[in-house]
Amino acid sequence: MSLLSETGKYFLLMKRVFVLPDRRKMFFRQFPKELEKLGLQSLPIVAIISVFIGFIMTMQTKLNTSNPLLPVYTTGLVTRDTLLLEFSSTILCLILAGKVGSNIASEIGTMRITEQIDALEIMGVNSANYLILPKIVAFVVMMPFLVIFSMGLGLVGGYFVGILTNILTTGDYLMGIQYAFVPFYIFYSLLKSMIFAFIISSVAAYYGYYSYGGALDVGKASTNAVVNGSILILFFNILITKIMLN
Amino acid sequence: MIEVKNIDKSFDGNQVLKNVSAIFETGKTNMIIGQSGSGKTVLMKSIIGLHRIDKGRIEYDSRNLPDMRMSEIRILRREVGMLFQGSALFDSLSVLENVMYPLEMFSPTSKEEMIDRAYFCLKHVNLEEKAFKLAPSEISGGMQKRVAIARAIALQPKYLFCDEPNSGLDPKTSLIIDKLIHEITHEFDITTIINSHDMNSVMEIGENIIFIENGEKAWQGNKNDIFHVDNEALNNFVFASELYKQVKQANQ
Repeated sequence: MSLLSETGKYFLLMKRVFVLPDRRKMFFRQFPKELEKLGLQSLPIVAIISVFIGFIMTMQTKLNTSNPLLPVYTTGLVTRDTLLLEFSSTILCLILAGKVGSNIASEIGTMRITEQIDALEIMGVNSANYLILPKIVAFVVMMPFLVIFSMGLGLVGGYFVGILTNILTTGDYLMGIQYAFVPFYIFYSLLKSMIFAFIISSVAAYYGYYSYGGALDVGKASTNAVVNGSILILFFNILITKIMLN
Repeated sequence: MIEVKNIDKSFDGNQVLKNVSAIFETGKTNMIIGQSGSGKTVLMKSIIGLHRIDKGRIEYDSRNLPDMRMSEIRILRREVGMLFQGSALFDSLSVLENVMYPLEMFSPTSKEEMIDRAYFCLKHVNLEEKAFKLAPSEISGGMQKRVAIARAIALQPKYLFCDEPNSGLDPKTSLIIDKLIHEITHEFDITTIINSHDMNSVMEIGENIIFIENGEKAWQGNKNDIFHVDNEALNNFVFASELYKQVKQANQ
């Protein structure tokens, strides 16, 4: 029952969010700020994680597939497809659910408990639309760029294995990442990540918007946003994969 | 004028407001007083429409709020200014931008006119110009209240709501804020409703006082009548301190 009412409340909030802004000028003033805050400020963490994961994934794949019958390009191919299909979309989004989700939930939650949202409502502003829409749109727009950035840096990370260790040659790795490339995987990954971006931002906004009480409750809202956002990402990952890759 | 008629409000079966009726007059500082938990905040939030009432009427110059659709309520709210207990200034905006915000949202005027209006409002509440570019966190609590008043009057509201305007302020600053609200009410002929349990405010600017006890209206009058009331609950509340007991004796 609680799940049903929470879901209903979420969709009612989204109904208030997805209407034309009272003042488009205000939306377009907020939008670049959100692009910068949610997207550009996520670049460092995305870069660090992608390079390291690309590196370790290549190393692990090579060390655990030592069968001489396997072709030399196997490591590069496995690394590339893992990055394209899962890491740079799903795992990256799980990480961003922590960073961006908690940021959105705590920002809106703090505005709620300090009565700033009430102030907006009393002015006659659709607070849900004004506060949440720029965040969702900005994050959904930014996500494909973050994913492509992550894919590129993940592959660069793998390349470093060839340079810094002697377990793999750069030639074998480069051959592997170009072998049997399926461009559809990029489309699949980008589409999936945009859906995840919507889930992260809207779920976090929901928990922030309906938080009440004090600082402790904002912390709880933030935790709920991250946990439930992550669970939904995993669930939708199965669903989207089933629909698009089956 | 705002008139509430026979309003009830419950939360999870717990009735907080019981058949409350009152008239809040235009051009007067109308005060809702009562102990903590008596229901005065719920009454104010119900009048504004932040709580949906179970029964009754809330008439803004004959326009009944509970009958309105959300879009109509939003239009009505553009005639409303509110001063929150914690000021509720937007952290991400400067003092000037906070006052300009309602103008940018709803005023059809040019940017220059908006800036002029924001300057007028900020100067009207005696805020120094050097504070205009500062963030709300960089100014004192008293100054934040003044900025919140300036923001509330920016769109020239017909109705002004003040929730515990003196909360967290020293007595001298409280007096300044009270006088400011009183002046603005008279100058712009606004229907002002103040939610307070500060007796200094009541004695200073209480032109129409409504005393709420256990969710019911227990008394209505003005600051002069209050000295001659038989209502025990009101006397216990208003004249709780030794100082006010002496003031009452001096007035009788």
